[in-house]
Amino acid sequence: MPEKLFKVHKEEHILPGNRACSGCGLTLAYRYLLKALGKNIIVTLPASCLTVLHGLYPTTSVSIPCLNCTFASTAASASGLVAGLAAMNRSDITVVAIAGDGGTFDIGIQALSGAAERGTDFIFVCYDNEGYMNTGTQRSSATPAGALTTTTPVLTKQQNKKDMMKIMEGHDIPYLASTSASFPLDIYDKFVKAKRIKGTRYVQIATPCPPGWAFSPRDTVKIGRLAVETGIVVLYEIEDGKFRFTGRSKTLAEKGTRAPVINFVERQGRFRKMSMEQLGQLQRSVNNKWAEYLKRAAE
Amino acid sequence: METKDDNLSAMCKPAAGEAGNTGDWRDATPVIDYTKCIASVKNRPACYLCWLYCPEGIVTAGVPIEIDMTYCKGCGICAEECPAKAITMVMHEEGAP
Amino acid sequence: MSDVQILTGNQAAAHAVKLCKVQVISAYPITPSTPVTETISQWVERGELKAEYIRVESEHSVMTVCISASTVGARTFTSTSSHGLLYMHEQLHWAAGSRLPIVLACVNRGVGAPWSIFNDQQDSIAQRDTGWIQIYCRDNQEILDSLIQAYRIAEQVYCPVMVCYDGFILSHTMMPVHIPDADKVCRFLPPYQPHTILCPEDPRNINPVIFPWQRRDAEGVLRGGYMDLRWKLQHALEGSRDVIVETCRSFAEEFGRDHGGMLWTYRADDAEVLLTSMGSLATEATVAVDLLREQGIRAGLVGIRVYRPFPRREVREVFGKAPAIVVFEKNISYGYEGALCSDIKASLFGTGIQTPVHNFIAGLGGRDVKAGEVAEAVRSSLAAIESGEREKQTWLNCMTE
Repeated sequence: MPEKLFKVHKEEHILPGNRACSGCGLTLAYRYLLKALGKNIIVTLPASCLTVLHGLYPTTSVSIPCLNCTFASTAASASGLVAGLAAMNRSDITVVAIAGDGGTFDIGIQALSGAAERGTDFIFVCYDNEGYMNTGTQRSSATPAGALTTTTPVLTKQQNKKDMMKIMEGHDIPYLASTSASFPLDIYDKFVKAKRIKGTRYVQIATPCPPGWAFSPRDTVKIGRLAVETGIVVLYEIEDGKFRFTGRSKTLAEKGTRAPVINFVERQGRFRKMSMEQLGQLQRSVNNKWAEYLKRAAE
Repeated sequence: METKDDNLSAMCKPAAGEAGNTGDWRDATPVIDYTKCIASVKNRPACYLCWLYCPEGIVTAGVPIEIDMTYCKGCGICAEECPAKAITMVMHEEGAP
Repeated sequence: MSDVQILTGNQAAAHAVKLCKVQVISAYPITPSTPVTETISQWVERGELKAEYIRVESEHSVMTVCISASTVGARTFTSTSSHGLLYMHEQLHWAAGSRLPIVLACVNRGVGAPWSIFNDQQDSIAQRDTGWIQIYCRDNQEILDSLIQAYRIAEQVYCPVMVCYDGFILSHTMMPVHIPDADKVCRFLPPYQPHTILCPEDPRNINPVIFPWQRRDAEGVLRGGYMDLRWKLQHALEGSRDVIVETCRSFAEEFGRDHGGMLWTYRADDAEVLLTSMGSLATEATVAVDLLREQGIRAGLVGIRVYRPFPRREVREVFGKAPAIVVFEKNISYGYEGALCSDIKASLFGTGIQTPVHNFIAGLGGRDVKAGEVAEAVRSSLAAIESGEREKQTWLNCMTE
């Protein structure tokens, strides 16, 4: 019944009683991307929160074949799966690599760049909870400036968030998308589309993290929604170089009423030491990003 | 005689409850007011935002809706997102299960 | 039908890969192994070898590709040297723990700092604890033959195999090599049957986190903890000795060349001193043995072919008789001694064999080792043993102040 209402596949691939945190944004996002992709996939993932969600030997909480790999090697693991499946005449199976922001922006970036440059036929998903959350909230290059983490515990993170979407755009790939755990149907639609495209597809999902960002688990969807309302997270896709807003961001683009970034920042404990200067810088960078995106959308 | 582990490397099979009965994690339990729940009020499939946003996928979106208490972690997203405010997170009393 | 070609060691390795019908090759260039992958890429692009050839961006990814491809059932191969092997160190552990029959050709080269492009065996010796089977080749024919044998061994015991040969000395020098008939090799290698299940039809999660303790699965079966799985790898490595010996014997029957199994000997039966070494240095040492014999010293050689699993049984058998053992090796375990020397001494422990064992560290970073020098070293060892030195470490032809 709900599947008809929301036009999604009914089957749940994540089993209950799993090890993810209460109110985990990643779990919500993963639920929908798996619904969209269906059963004929093989997932590969590195050390990350998702490893824990998948569970400890000898039981797994996800009814999808999955190969664990080392932290730096996710995209290479996917490359090997694609090659091996081709050798076995099973190229009908979609290979999906899923890593956190650490395994994508930082330690995993080299292998990802290599796989994308080779035009490897797979989907790479980055779930971005803006830090190394599995090991207890250390900073990553995806952590926004002004955030407290256990490795930026006093001065807050000084550098701006790395623009990974721009880096991936530089690889000449057919499909990139930015989406959010708070918009499950946007996730669903993007993965239905991504599954049909050949070549390297990169999808980055903003996934709020209650313990890492210091907010109550009941606010996960709300916080993620605020990120989109303030324009910090933008729902869009780039298909063969053509930029297109989607969902709520499309509406914001057309009507132009983004909320101020402070609405997002003030609700999270990780920003309690953010300076006025950092806040101003965040607002300016969001404004600049939107100016660029609006221009691209109009082309 | 115990069946030997035939795995050469670590290969896991899917099953629910890998982390046990995660309902034990809760310190607050969702309680549904069916006089407010839109599906119950309309007596047909409707709304179901609780089903949509539950990370665990343990809301059964029937008429009425049901939450699997064995596994509900008590995050409260359903209560927060319900447009009819039909779900309340009731804090457990100190020392109570 | 005889097909003898004059081949470099690297070419011999490439030919083996073609004969074994390897399905996924992932490689990164590094001196002196690069020609292996270049040769293979020529064949792949011309359609002479039907394989997926992945031009990965680093050696860490090289081994990762081999791991995941092997997991879904493809026969895989790679070649590397020195820092390439070091860069994939983490993945070597992962491959062995995953119990995958990956075959790697290690073209032995010294490691930095500072840089050396020349030969020694520090690179592969430093991997001795990873759970890989290690074979050291003495000539180009053995390279080709051992790679074929490696697939049969690996796919039977589910352990990865490293076939090592000396950079430049073997990789770039030409020797006559007999290329076996392709169909015969096909019959010698049964198809690879993976133990891993990774398919949508039977979803499994492979190699996640495992607890220290044993734990029941959903069906109530008690499954091993980390240590239990690790014991299985050790058990497999130790058990692989029989498979290695049998494969070598079977190969000899089929193709007419016997490379000796775990180790080979040269003029060792009546020896008053036994030299021992691995790879091309062992070949050079046979010349030294002949020189010593001419000088009236009954020298013999033991060539260690398989270094892991360590041939404890064979070593005890062959070294028990000689009154002196002199180990020549191209590696050093800093802060202690040569790895081969240590392992030989350890395997003799408890047997009552009290033979003096002398260690010569030789040829690091490609320093030339001549048969004459080896012979001279043996004579000096014998003199030292005479005056009571039961063990001694000497760096051959080296500035030591």
